[in-house]
Amino acid sequence: MNKVRGMDDALAPICDGMRVMVAGFMTVGTPLGLIEALTTRGPRHLTVVCSDAGTPGKGAGMLVDANMVDTFIGSHVGLNPRIGERMAAETMNVHLVPQGTLAERIRCAGAGLGGFFTPTGAGTEWAEGKECRTINGKSYVFENPLPGDVALIRAHRADASGNCIFRKSARNFNPLMAMACQYVVVEADIVEEHPLDPDQVMLPGVFVDAVVHRKEMAHGC
Amino acid sequence: MDAKAAIARRIAMELHDGQLVNLGIGLPTMVADYLPEGVEILLQSENGFVGLGPSPQEGEIDEDLINAGAQSATILDGGCFFDSATSFAIIRGGRLDVTVLGTLEVDEEGNIANYIIPGKIVPGMGGAMDLCAGAQRVVVATTHCDRRGNPKILQRCRLPLTARGEADLIVTELAVIERQGGKLVLVERAPEVSVEEILQKTEATLEVPSEVAVRSF
Repeated sequence: MNKVRGMDDALAPICDGMRVMVAGFMTVGTPLGLIEALTTRGPRHLTVVCSDAGTPGKGAGMLVDANMVDTFIGSHVGLNPRIGERMAAETMNVHLVPQGTLAERIRCAGAGLGGFFTPTGAGTEWAEGKECRTINGKSYVFENPLPGDVALIRAHRADASGNCIFRKSARNFNPLMAMACQYVVVEADIVEEHPLDPDQVMLPGVFVDAVVHRKEMAHGC
Repeated sequence: MDAKAAIARRIAMELHDGQLVNLGIGLPTMVADYLPEGVEILLQSENGFVGLGPSPQEGEIDEDLINAGAQSATILDGGCFFDSATSFAIIRGGRLDVTVLGTLEVDEEGNIANYIIPGKIVPGMGGAMDLCAGAQRVVVATTHCDRRGNPKILQRCRLPLTARGEADLIVTELAVIERQGGKLVLVERAPEVSVEEILQKTEATLEVPSEVAVRSF
């Protein structure tokens, strides 16, 4: 099945109120073209999950600037002062999560697991109200899986089956978020005419619904 | 030598050949500049690779390659990339020998508070909570007092904790303090400072052995 789509087709299923995962770390590995196109479509009341809030005007922060986000879930917002302003003004909910816990919660959702016990945050305020357990003499905190409705993914190379290869430190949250979401759109630098070498694939195409060529964005949005 | 350089240089002496190390943003990053001759370590960058190299030359910048502080980075031969879940599996799973990170407060029980000042600064914890909980050895790199001269090594942290009981070694420009048997022990002082002055600038109770080593530089 050919999963290569035009931008409008690829983003059409994204609606008000959805939980959207935006891949990348400080906008490296973030599908900037998909985000920009999504701001022109303008779904509202989104919950955005992203490692960080990017920088003003770039990355997941663009969705915040466009007033599309009710809740932001991430591990770091310090480099985007606009998020801090919205937190202070209470116009947006911000849930800060330790980065490793965020990654594992997303991985868990994608793997069909019901959560996990982690030592991260044990004995701190973070653990208050959560199930804590001592395992082999060490304290652990229970964390729930974090699934999403939509994942916005950036790959370096993708093929028509949706198989993806990432490049350098742009991999980060990409494969995890793709696995955790119901509907997955990939922005690819290169869409291969021929199938990728199966041994090189980093994200199996079974997790991907739509592939948009980055070039298509330059003209299409 | 300025305080930060002294701290970085002293921490570098704690690292051993072949260790896998994560250096936090800012002062901890400087530790890599002071490694003793013959000591080669492997640096982990929690955004997803091992083998972090020096900053790239102009013209060698790759937009897909940054360190955890969002600066352009390089990767050394033998390094490799991975996703964020694998990165934190390395951190929590016991593979990371040492993490070096800064702090706002650290206390007698080894508690670390470095991610939030309620009502003031809320940047988020990033990977710090995982690094503290997961690394085999947690080295805190901090000036002895804050900018107003108030002690940062406290009896009990007042800010929300990043990690409970995880600090193993505290290195300041004045002292090296090790957590031994649940207590903080003053193991070394800078040449220009007396034990009395260190005690006076430390809110936490420090055990002082009969002989306190003097820093070698």
